[in-house]
Amino acid sequence: MQTTQARPDVATIAEKARFIRLETVRLARIAGAGHYTSVFSAAELLAALYYAQLRLDPEHPDWPDRDRLVLSKGHAAIGLYPVLADLGFFESALLDGYSRLGSPFGDHPDMKKIPGIDFSSGSLGHGLSVSVGMALSGRIARRDYRTYCILGDGELCEGQVWEAAMSASHLRLGRLVAIVDANQLCIDGFTRDVMTVEPIDTRFEAFGWRAVRVDGHDIPALLEQFSALPDDAEGPPTVIVADTIKGKGVRRMELSTDWHVGNLVGADYTDVIAELSGEDVR
Amino acid sequence: MTAPMIGQDQAEIFRGTAVGSTSLRDPRSADGNDRRAIPAFVFGEELADLAERDERIVVLTADLARSNRANDFADRHPERFVSVGIAEKNMITIAAGMAACGHIPFAATFASFAALLGCEQIRTDCAYPRLPVRIVGHHSGMSMGFYGTSHHSLEDIGIMSSIADLTVVAVSDANHLRAVLRASLDHPGAMYIRLGRGRDPEVYPTIPEVTFGKANWLRRGDDATVVATGSMVAPAIAAAESLAAQGVSAGVVDMHTIVPLDVDAVLEAARRGAIVTVEEANRTGGMGTLVAQTLLEAGVTGVPFARHGVPDEHVPVGPPAALYASYGLDADGIAAQVRQVLG
Repeated sequence: MQTTQARPDVATIAEKARFIRLETVRLARIAGAGHYTSVFSAAELLAALYYAQLRLDPEHPDWPDRDRLVLSKGHAAIGLYPVLADLGFFESALLDGYSRLGSPFGDHPDMKKIPGIDFSSGSLGHGLSVSVGMALSGRIARRDYRTYCILGDGELCEGQVWEAAMSASHLRLGRLVAIVDANQLCIDGFTRDVMTVEPIDTRFEAFGWRAVRVDGHDIPALLEQFSALPDDAEGPPTVIVADTIKGKGVRRMELSTDWHVGNLVGADYTDVIAELSGEDVR
Repeated sequence: MTAPMIGQDQAEIFRGTAVGSTSLRDPRSADGNDRRAIPAFVFGEELADLAERDERIVVLTADLARSNRANDFADRHPERFVSVGIAEKNMITIAAGMAACGHIPFAATFASFAALLGCEQIRTDCAYPRLPVRIVGHHSGMSMGFYGTSHHSLEDIGIMSSIADLTVVAVSDANHLRAVLRASLDHPGAMYIRLGRGRDPEVYPTIPEVTFGKANWLRRGDDATVVATGSMVAPAIAAAESLAAQGVSAGVVDMHTIVPLDVDAVLEAARRGAIVTVEEANRTGGMGTLVAQTLLEAGVTGVPFARHGVPDEHVPVGPPAALYASYGLDADGIAAQVRQVLG
């Protein structure tokens, strides 16, 4: 179990982020479509969480004391599946059938079919409520696990997020951590044009949360925020607002509205693989 | 029914409403009835008893703990009681998160808000992951009376019945509620439990056997069977008794589990004679519709049949008893339906 495991170094985590992006491109080609850019903005987040922070035991995916992670922006699951396989939750070869008829692996994650997925998601706005429930259950059962929830910034338009935010601080769920992948775009454009969601940190603060803001592609900064998480079962919940770039790592996709869902074929595919395989995406 | 207009007999329309002031602290409820006389809301008390032996039970409400008597649970198990404020969607999804961590959450609010406002949360967060969340929709049907359409729940059976992996149960009285709550603890997957307004007359003098998917035959008749659910079981029994006095032999089935429907009970009723289904809900998509499709798919023909319920309209305001009488959802109305299908 990862309870006392030493953290991998930053270069290793960065390499895992590259792996997440490459695998996303590979799996999207199997499906003929994929959410590239929503994963690319969260690649460092996912890598830092899964390889350096979460208390997990891939041999026992239902371990009651494990940390929970709810991928509220469920459309980034294509980037999470390779991580779970890499950690040993299931055979990597299973991903070769991604999206095929009857596969456990679809665009959105299914907790009943995939070891390591703590909750099924896909309908935006639900995940923080799920996480509130998990954190509550942990406190009632006197377990000390943390519950992490990854949300998109566009998702914050969903009203249920704020119902959940209100209840999390009221219920003093100090082991609940929301991470907002603030990649600046939703499908139709920049959030500032479609629907203003900023200032995310002060809005959460107004709802009674401890809020911090960090460059979501800066792995040392992310690790520092993880280390600084309070361990107070009755304190305020924490939100980490991660400023990111949607499509980070592939120049043609960065802050582009054209690649929320896409399909790389031919030379475009090989060009992107080369770009991701080459220089450090930082 | 045509909505009553101002100038009609107001005394009749408002018959049964309170005279004098009441408050939430008052044992009488806002409509003047004695709160202490509510028999069926043993919800909190029964769960509090069960929770003494079962650590999995937690109860959630959305600012209606007095109305649904969840406060009886909160008094005894405050650490396992969750008040979310007026946020039904949040409540249902929080319950799902708790169920994913080993708890059995009972999330209670008015049926209209549970099933209509929380529909997607029930489907996506509870039913689809097959989590043991119990959504308790109380004050269903038109039992909220003069509160009006926003608080009426005539569509919940239709909506909930169309969701896969969701057991749909309607409760007919206090003893039945106790039995349903007990049986629910070992039932796999999510459930929608539909309650009336808590003043339902006694159907079961003792706590009955409840097997989900197995209807309870309360009496058997040779001419017709009334297949009733929830709040309509008691008037169905009264209707059968009055019909008996007129020489008509009518049975009564408590179809407490609407999904999965008890096909065998439906087919037995068809062998016995005419069938009248009755529910405090819109006819379209209701329990009666499920009975009808069951008969058709089984190739049963020639059985006199009627679905009794609300004819898919937004009902006017009024005291519940007056509304039931208006729609024939009482003993007289049910008996009349039976006589009509028998020709």
